[in-house]
Amino acid sequence: MDLLANLGLGLATATEPVNLLFCFAGVLLGTLIGVLPGIGPTATIAMLLPITFGFEPATSLIMLAGIYYGAQYGGSTTAILINLPGESSSAVTAIDGYQMARQGRAGPALATAALGSFFAGTVATVLIAVFAPPLTAVALKFGPAEYFSLLMLGLVASVALAHGSVLKALGMIVTGLLLGLVGSDVNTGAQRFTMGFPELADGLNFVAVAIGVFGIAEILRNLENETDRDVMVKKVTNLFPSKADFKAMAWPVVRGTAVGSILGILPGGGAILSSFAAYTVEKRISKTPHRFGKGAIEGVAAPEAANNAGAQTSFIPMLTLGIPANPVMALMIGAMIIQGVQPGPNVAIEKPELFWGVIVSMWIGNLMLVLLNLPLIGLWVRLLTIPYTVLFPAILTFCCIGVYTVNSNAFDLFTVSAFGLLGYVLVKLDCEPAPLLLGFVLGPMLEENLRRAMTISRGDPMVFFTRPLSAGLLIAAALVLVVVFLPAVRAKREEVFQEEG
Amino acid sequence: MKVDTREIACGAIFIAIAAAFAIAALDLPMGSALRMGPGYFPMALALILAALGLIIVIKGLGRAPSPIGGVPWRGLLFILLAPLVFGLTVRGLGLAPSMALVAAIATLASARAGMKLAAAMTLGLTLFCVLVFSYGLGLPYALFGPWSAPFLPGV
Repeated sequence: MDLLANLGLGLATATEPVNLLFCFAGVLLGTLIGVLPGIGPTATIAMLLPITFGFEPATSLIMLAGIYYGAQYGGSTTAILINLPGESSSAVTAIDGYQMARQGRAGPALATAALGSFFAGTVATVLIAVFAPPLTAVALKFGPAEYFSLLMLGLVASVALAHGSVLKALGMIVTGLLLGLVGSDVNTGAQRFTMGFPELADGLNFVAVAIGVFGIAEILRNLENETDRDVMVKKVTNLFPSKADFKAMAWPVVRGTAVGSILGILPGGGAILSSFAAYTVEKRISKTPHRFGKGAIEGVAAPEAANNAGAQTSFIPMLTLGIPANPVMALMIGAMIIQGVQPGPNVAIEKPELFWGVIVSMWIGNLMLVLLNLPLIGLWVRLLTIPYTVLFPAILTFCCIGVYTVNSNAFDLFTVSAFGLLGYVLVKLDCEPAPLLLGFVLGPMLEENLRRAMTISRGDPMVFFTRPLSAGLLIAAALVLVVVFLPAVRAKREEVFQEEG
Repeated sequence: MKVDTREIACGAIFIAIAAAFAIAALDLPMGSALRMGPGYFPMALALILAALGLIIVIKGLGRAPSPIGGVPWRGLLFILLAPLVFGLTVRGLGLAPSMALVAAIATLASARAGMKLAAAMTLGLTLFCVLVFSYGLGLPYALFGPWSAPFLPGV
């Protein structure tokens, strides 16, 4: 069977000693930054991108992927033990997890999180393996019109699922699209918006923009109120959940995995939304909803399974269509392009060892995380005693070196400062930076497919509506927009994000 | 009339960005829908962005103001300065002194950092980075550049 042969190829790639080593390095680093608040996977991956350029493409992607799902694990550890979610995707876990810890059940809570995540990771790996090939086959039939419509749907959906004002998110996307167009025009070679800087001929440096709007802006936001963290953790004993615990967590884990897997595929989705949605589902269907918020094991199991499943299924659109579902995937696409791999449906055909190697490595990485995390909990907690005053200068220094190594170009560092300022100002004005980065990556793709489609149709914009697949995607995009602006949905959406924040 | 300054500022920024791109796009050939020139798509996007900005401004009029919160001016200055200094000095001074500068400037961004901490951080971070990036990862940059040569004994 094809699937088995493919997985076999992936297993062979993923278990090469180099790849195992960097998979381990990735999940370890991911857990580390997951534990530390104030530094997220997006900034870390942006920082480490340049270092991975020397690796084989598969090794580099395996490590970067490890950082992403490793961070989901690490974030939950601190959420449970000290009510301090290291990642925003574990914010929900803190609600019931911390209560469990206060009742002296920190051990079972941590084990539930780890086992739930592992189950979700396993299922998500299988899902990717099953669904990626048919999606790839469909994607290969896509013409420019279909691609344009798909990108539109992706951009619109990412707005719907983002925090805060829809109008502002739309504004951020268009800003990102415009910034993505800076540089030489592919068709004519004309210099666009370079303001006479020859350094901008190849466009703004993606890593520099990402570090600016995520890394620098995040540091500035943390500097607004510097406080010391009180870390008081009792020794975690009795790690293993009881039989009753297992029974209570089984279905929530399954449901959480399902919710996370679906939301992860959607653009703008991924880990954060998944964990929140899963928690809401559990609370809604529970016979005893009053227990939630007071240490219900379901409230830990479901969101933890969901955020891990979501983190992994968000690789599906990236690997098959070359379209990022969230900023981390946008960085992965950046990594592939720099490695000389053109993202899109051809990856699975031309580079099967890369494609399947990354997929299988996720399962191996998840296994490593379970084995790694439970014994090392004490160490992770001690890391939290590092004060932010020491942490952020290190982050900033690594960022500078990281950006410089991409092109050995001083101009990129000026870009970092400029976008750090822009990112911070926009965050202050309640604009989320994620849609901007998504637009930045998709801008050139969107323009090129639009131009090609229009040339093929001889200037007739109806081409987007007469081709059934393209029309379907555009209708879906329009529906999403209409739904988001419906008063009832809008109120509900605001309420949902309110609770989350 | 009540005005939400935050919304107005946000809309104004979008309009300003749109205007900047639109003005620059005027110099580029527009082309037609059939053969789009380099200016066509950016101009369309700039118009959309300007419209969005305008709507945000209009919605901000007549709304209660929302607090923006404090700005860490000291942090802002030092944090944004650090990458600039690194970019300006890395070639001339070389990797090691340049990194030391960044570490020092970055540490001083915190309102709580004193000279003692800054010195310790600078020393520690520089040492760590030189070990990891220069020796560990073998990055091909000179540790000391031409500007620092006169200060080095025997180099």
